[in-house]
Amino acid sequence: MNKTREYIIERLLFLCAAITVFTTISIILVLLVEAVGFFQEVSIIDFLTDKEWTPLFADKHFGILPLVCGTLLTTFIAISVALPIGLTIAIYLSEYAPKSFRKIFKPLLEVLAAVPTVVYGFFALLVVSPFLQKFFPEMSGFNSLSAGIVMGIMIIPFISSLSEDALYAVPKSLREAAYGMGSTRFQTAFKVTVPAASSGIVVSIILALSRAIGETMIVAIAAGQQPRLTLDPTVPIETITAYIVQVSMGDVPHGSLEYKTIFAAGITLFVFTFILNNISFYIKKKYQEKYD
Amino acid sequence: MTTTDIKENNKASITEIDNLSKNIKIEARNIDVFYSEFKALKDINMNIYENSVTAFIGPSGCGKSTFLRCLNRMNDYIDGFKMKGEILIDNKKIYWKNVVVEELRKQVGMVFQKPNPFPKSIFDNVAYGIRIQGVKDKKFIEERVELSLKQVALWDEVKDNLKKGALALSGGQQQRLCIARTLAVEPSVILMDEPTSALDPISTAKIEELLFELKKQYTIVIVTNNMKQTARIIDMTTFYYMGELIEYDSTKNIFTKPKQEKTQNYITGRFG
Repeated sequence: MNKTREYIIERLLFLCAAITVFTTISIILVLLVEAVGFFQEVSIIDFLTDKEWTPLFADKHFGILPLVCGTLLTTFIAISVALPIGLTIAIYLSEYAPKSFRKIFKPLLEVLAAVPTVVYGFFALLVVSPFLQKFFPEMSGFNSLSAGIVMGIMIIPFISSLSEDALYAVPKSLREAAYGMGSTRFQTAFKVTVPAASSGIVVSIILALSRAIGETMIVAIAAGQQPRLTLDPTVPIETITAYIVQVSMGDVPHGSLEYKTIFAAGITLFVFTFILNNISFYIKKKYQEKYD
Repeated sequence: MTTTDIKENNKASITEIDNLSKNIKIEARNIDVFYSEFKALKDINMNIYENSVTAFIGPSGCGKSTFLRCLNRMNDYIDGFKMKGEILIDNKKIYWKNVVVEELRKQVGMVFQKPNPFPKSIFDNVAYGIRIQGVKDKKFIEERVELSLKQVALWDEVKDNLKKGALALSGGQQQRLCIARTLAVEPSVILMDEPTSALDPISTAKIEELLFELKKQYTIVIVTNNMKQTARIIDMTTFYYMGELIEYDSTKNIFTKPKQEKTQNYITGRFG
């Protein structure tokens, strides 16, 4: 009786795990099949080299570069905001702050990641953009700068929390060795603890990057919907994710070429995040046994 | 036996040592240590002599490591740590408010129980202490690294692999590297907290040999639980029990004719 129960439980657990894997594989398959359909009509070379993305216009161009550029631009702005702030917070919390402060502050900070992204989007559009326009009057209401900055604020906890975990995990004995040789707190933090936790810190940055690349709502609301191959942060652009939203919500007929562009854009996005996730997995695996 | 008796006895033995000895390097006066409410050390008074090896022995929890860590103020960052009394090194009060702790720790180096090299190369480990003092002269750093590694008899084993990661070394080599790292800063006192307890007998023997050499130049204070080690290489021995200094005498006297019953019981293995 007991044995049968154990067997059923084990199978059920396996089923749960299998469903997750199955879903992932299905998504990838759908992406691939539809993207193959797209590439039968548009050459891959055009897709990768054409400098315009106008699938919904009469004069159709299918160059992904403007969308990739928009995505990388907002991501770059976001990480430029999140990396210094997130790392500073992480180092302060693990090396300087009293334990009691750390206990209260860390969960509070993580609330940042729990704010719905649509709220961030409107914050960027209605608060940050008008504020920035006071300094740059030429700036458009929709722009990559305000979207990027707000996205950066959103991903701060990814960097600060995970990096802090990595710093905190550095053995106390290494800190003692540094103090024992006359290091100041600052020297101990930057010459011993941070290098020792570097793999964990890099992983946290990559996860934050991955999150920023995949972020949709903020950029769809605040960055505009004009695919444009530019590095100017003051003009409207469009990211891969924002384009997918735009087309999905429109009235593009199912099965048409316009419809298939979603999947071509989707698979490009997937390639980016897949590569980043693999890099972080590789770093984690390669360096994790270093400090046993 | 009452506490007063113990104190009287210690005074006697300390005078005896004073007659034999050289310069006083470290002087502890009326040291009381508290961790929050818990009193970890009770009225410790002792002198440690220059260019000698002084051991602290006693059962775990007796306060010997706490006292050792008072000597370079490593307890400063521990929550609830409080100390009363005075510690003088070279006649200077080390708990005086104007003392720069980092400077003190360059003077009073420390080697820990478990080898704790930085996850850097062998060279960078030894060079660390000089570099954080702002020294940029490459040749000077290289010479100091070589000298320090020679002092711990590690040079011949690693001279072709200085760029290799220190964590790839064996436990015994790592501990000698940690000693070299400490020596590179040129301290005058070296504190060692059970430096051989995590090592195999051969590595232990190598480090003991090293202590013989080092004491010519440095004042060494060592916490140990290894009774054989104590008898073999150590000049002076202090026995602690429950936060009190029970007996302090030459190692020979402690092992052959201890004055206190507790010391005798501990040394013969009846408790602890």
